[in-house]
Amino acid sequence: MGRLSKGKTIPVLTVLSVIVAVWYVCVVWMNAQWEYDQAERAGTTIEFSQLVSNTMHQERPVLPAAHQVFAEMWETIVNKKITSKRSLVYHAWITLSATLLGFAIGTVLGILISVGIVHNRAMEKSVMPWVIASQTIPILAIAPMIIVVLNAIGISGLLPKALISTYLSFFPIVVGMVKGLRSPDQSQLDLMHTYSASATQTFWKLRWPSSMPYLFTSLKIAVAISLVGAIVGELPTGAVSGLGARLLAGSYYGQTIQIWSALFTAAILAATLVMLVGLAHTYVLKRMGQQPGGVA
Amino acid sequence: MSGNKVISSENLSLTFETNDGPVHALSDIDLKIDKGEFVSFIGPSGCGKTTFLRVIADLEKPTSGAITVNGMTPEEARMKRAYGYVFQAASLYLWRTIEKNIALPLEIMGYSKSEQQERVARTLELVDLTGFAKKYPWQLSGGMQQRASIARALAFDAELLLMDEPFGALDEIVRDHLNEQLLELWDRTNKTICFVTHSIPEAVYLSTKIVVMSPRPGRVTDVIESTLPKKRPLEIRESPEFLKIAHRVREGLRAGHSYEE
Repeated sequence: MGRLSKGKTIPVLTVLSVIVAVWYVCVVWMNAQWEYDQAERAGTTIEFSQLVSNTMHQERPVLPAAHQVFAEMWETIVNKKITSKRSLVYHAWITLSATLLGFAIGTVLGILISVGIVHNRAMEKSVMPWVIASQTIPILAIAPMIIVVLNAIGISGLLPKALISTYLSFFPIVVGMVKGLRSPDQSQLDLMHTYSASATQTFWKLRWPSSMPYLFTSLKIAVAISLVGAIVGELPTGAVSGLGARLLAGSYYGQTIQIWSALFTAAILAATLVMLVGLAHTYVLKRMGQQPGGVA
Repeated sequence: MSGNKVISSENLSLTFETNDGPVHALSDIDLKIDKGEFVSFIGPSGCGKTTFLRVIADLEKPTSGAITVNGMTPEEARMKRAYGYVFQAASLYLWRTIEKNIALPLEIMGYSKSEQQERVARTLELVDLTGFAKKYPWQLSGGMQQRASIARALAFDAELLLMDEPFGALDEIVRDHLNEQLLELWDRTNKTICFVTHSIPEAVYLSTKIVVMSPRPGRVTDVIESTLPKKRPLEIRESPEFLKIAHRVREGLRAGHSYEE
């Protein structure tokens, strides 16, 4: 008991159970209308206890109950073969592959742009406004155009979706890395100057290692919105597989349980990706603080 | 200009253009520094002592006048890696161990791996940090960090050492200790040292020449040749001779400094 109350277990469980309780209250509240309508149509009345029990097991609830969502997820993640078109693992992998490719391209692109901005005044003045402007365009508007334009020049499949992820994910990398590469203080830069170090030497020995904490913070944001980008890329383009397609199909046919389980899968995927970047962050910082040589 | 002077400046002036108008950081500085001298620059903040050091290091460009370092322009001297610079903060790179920090200039200047190792070991011994090669800066005390940064400035054997209030942030006891060590190091290596400080005892204890400066505009008000012997135990600071020099420095500071503001 003493250990439990000192740790985080009890607070975390408390918050979690409050969320679940609120969820179930909402389930009863939001699904009740349909039950009342059914009863009225049948010319009967419905007891409250019966109502509560019914709202938990509707076929197409307005708000599915937690156990319905998790049963659906269990069914489509664990019980289906992962090659099946009904397996969420299959759909998640389609989305994940676009996410990772887009994230990788976005990271490289973002780093290159930030290096250019930091080293070239003209580039700062000319590129940075476009980088910012690019993010004011709704991704939903530009996604179909990217797909159509790339299709016209013969590129289809994974890459167009990945590029939509790239479009979203390069931005936090640029912003974070510009700040990171400029983070060395004046005396650290002066020191390089007194050694008559070249710009390349200053970059690899000072700017790059200094920017690591900024890079990883940006990567965490970038990987999460890469996933958003991949899902959004699947929505307006008539994709038949991927979590986005699953969401869309669910909403066409009123399959709220399917929508919610796809949403939860996406959330779990995002949390896992962010966690993996976090682990890489910890590892790199540890290397930079414990091993001679650090990061070069 | 005479060839054996390490630093020689004539009518050197530097004006910073700021939003509040021009600031005369340095005005008509004439100064000659011989090889092997230990020169302290002392004065209140804003007197240009750090700026003068930065001009020598080619970190600032003078507005007018002439200055040579080893008979060259400061830029040429910097390109030839003529000096080691010790900053007010140790500014060690936090992701490098102490030995890697000291090896930093050697890596940049293209020394071989074995030469790097040999020089790192030698300079670590010089500043008495031999056991701390593999430690990271945060594992060292402030005084040890500053010693590591001195080692870094010594590693590539520059004849000239420029030190900008290196012990300013340290407590009195550590500072005394480092002052003693610095004198010993100077004695052993026979380098020319330019040392910026705002402490009168520190300046008098360390220097063969004390340059007293005053602000607005930054100028030299007095240059005092020390009569103290080269070997200086800490107790020398209670000798009448020491106090006499300290008195003259204080007079110089008072004369140049207006207290109205």
